[in-house]
Amino acid sequence: MQNPRPALAELERIAAQVRCDIVRMIHTAGQGHPGGSLSAADILTALYFGVMRIDPARPHWEDRDRFVLSKGHACPAWYAVLMRRGYLGVECLGTLRCLDSLLQGHPDMVKTPGVDMTAGSLGHGLSAALGMALAARITGRDYRTWVIIGDGEMQEGSIWEAALAAPNLKLANLTVILDRNRIQNDDFVERIMPIEPVADKWKAFGWAVHEIDGHDMAAIVDALEGTKSASGPTLILARTVKGKGVSFMENNPYWHGNAPNSEQALAACAEIRAAAGLPEEDNNAC
Amino acid sequence: MPADQYCYLRPGVRELLQEGTLFSRGEKRTTRFSFADALLELGGERQDVVVLNADVSRGMGTYTFADKYPERAFNLGISEQNMIAMAAGMAHSGLVPFVATYAVFATLRGLDMIRNSVCYTRANVKFGCGHAGITPAEDGATHQGQEDLNVMRAMPHMTVIAPADEGSTRSAVRAAAAHVGPVYLSLTKEPLPLLYDDTFPFAIGRAVTVRTGSDATIVANRDMVAQALLAAELAAQEGLSVRVLDCHTVKPLDSDAILRAAAETGAVVTAEDNVLAGGLGSAVAELLIEERPVPLRRIGVPDTFLQSGPYLKLLERYGMSPRHILEAVRTVVKQKAAH
Repeated sequence: MQNPRPALAELERIAAQVRCDIVRMIHTAGQGHPGGSLSAADILTALYFGVMRIDPARPHWEDRDRFVLSKGHACPAWYAVLMRRGYLGVECLGTLRCLDSLLQGHPDMVKTPGVDMTAGSLGHGLSAALGMALAARITGRDYRTWVIIGDGEMQEGSIWEAALAAPNLKLANLTVILDRNRIQNDDFVERIMPIEPVADKWKAFGWAVHEIDGHDMAAIVDALEGTKSASGPTLILARTVKGKGVSFMENNPYWHGNAPNSEQALAACAEIRAAAGLPEEDNNAC
Repeated sequence: MPADQYCYLRPGVRELLQEGTLFSRGEKRTTRFSFADALLELGGERQDVVVLNADVSRGMGTYTFADKYPERAFNLGISEQNMIAMAAGMAHSGLVPFVATYAVFATLRGLDMIRNSVCYTRANVKFGCGHAGITPAEDGATHQGQEDLNVMRAMPHMTVIAPADEGSTRSAVRAAAAHVGPVYLSLTKEPLPLLYDDTFPFAIGRAVTVRTGSDATIVANRDMVAQALLAAELAAQEGLSVRVLDCHTVKPLDSDAILRAAAETGAVVTAEDNVLAGGLGSAVAELLIEERPVPLRRIGVPDTFLQSGPYLKLLERYGMSPRHILEAVRTVVKQKAAH
């Protein structure tokens, strides 16, 4: 069952550990998407350690809050949080993308405990989350559904089908967090296909929109908690930094989908560790 | 003359087949409305059945469910991608969503969602899709779902069913609801003759011999079962004894029934009004070439888009009429004899 929420400093410490896990997983796999995993790490930590009603011992508990990572390529962040939260054993850490691993290259709800929805092809997860939120109403359950979408993902047409539907279906039990890290696979979002004004677009579709710094743990927790009493669907516009916490990855489109080598992984973990004041032994594998 | 027998036919259908007046004089109903009727019944029995529409609830007949159970029916507008991924989310939250739209829109516009969010996750979503094959004949090529079965057959975990008439469609809806996992029901726009009586033994994955015969077998599904039966009557007039298999489930294919028919009749014709690439005919050909090669001809939509026109005239124009099926039967029987 839900533990008392850890103090902010503890959430920040967990998020730093999650960042190191992300770097190590992707380095070991030699593949993966570090930039968008690191940008979502604080939000995922807040959800799983501070906000969601969950029980890691019962991943299929019918009254649990649901979480969907619509930007499925950021799954190393999700896996790291699920490991730290006790859904997965820490031995999974080195198995990302390996044959017979629980940790698929993109999230697979059939294989991975704690993964509530498969994702990978962009623009699905938001709609699936709408379905979960609507099902809660039909079945008389009071769980909430939380979903993280990407800013590049907003270019998918189906996102706007779902954006139109959720307010009309009055899905007050749905919270969408937009990981606005400004970078997609090829380049900066605003150089590929600009999406601004983002907040105005969602407001025009009927959503309550709250803008936050997506790396300010206090702001994240406050904003997420605030949506629990919302009267309609909410979009948290989380302004984030792609590659957050690893200076050579930050704001660099290269790190959307490339793995760090050994030297880079060591440097990345050392930087994350130092910034969070984590002891050496927490990251001896890096 | 061979003494071939019909099985499970409604009273009077045999005579209409023999007169060749099945379409002009027989009682007919479009299977999309048969689907909607069955769904309405199911809604009264199961609280977990919900219906998702995309602005064609009139065309699918599913407005009746929405009228009776408004709290369990949702018209999501013209947005098939959102509808199908939502259905996956609902299925994974304990509901049994029936998605109702036309075949082209679900299987092509929504294919990515069917593949990744429904089939890959084994979501318990049911698709009832009208306007399959060339049956929305006058609507023209954009609306003719001539590749629905072909595309759905390529989806792992999907069960693919194309029933031939009102009664078997109603049975298929119940079977789909009872089955755990994604099911695709291929339905028509064109009203189809009511063929079967209450004894028709519908079961997913079990082809039904609806006419016995020993010289050749026609394996058909959906609307082409009626055409196959008419072709078998034409063949009988020439002294040919032709078996007809209603192969309503395209996946999983009833390999036993098809191999038995191939062994016992030694010649096979397939009849569908989907494109030939990857459909029922392909499925049967794949099986026979590996397990029991016999003379085989496939009737279906050639590699082209059709035009607007009356259903029966389109079948005639594009090589799928009873006359064309008969010609294919003659060919395989000759090939068998030459062996």
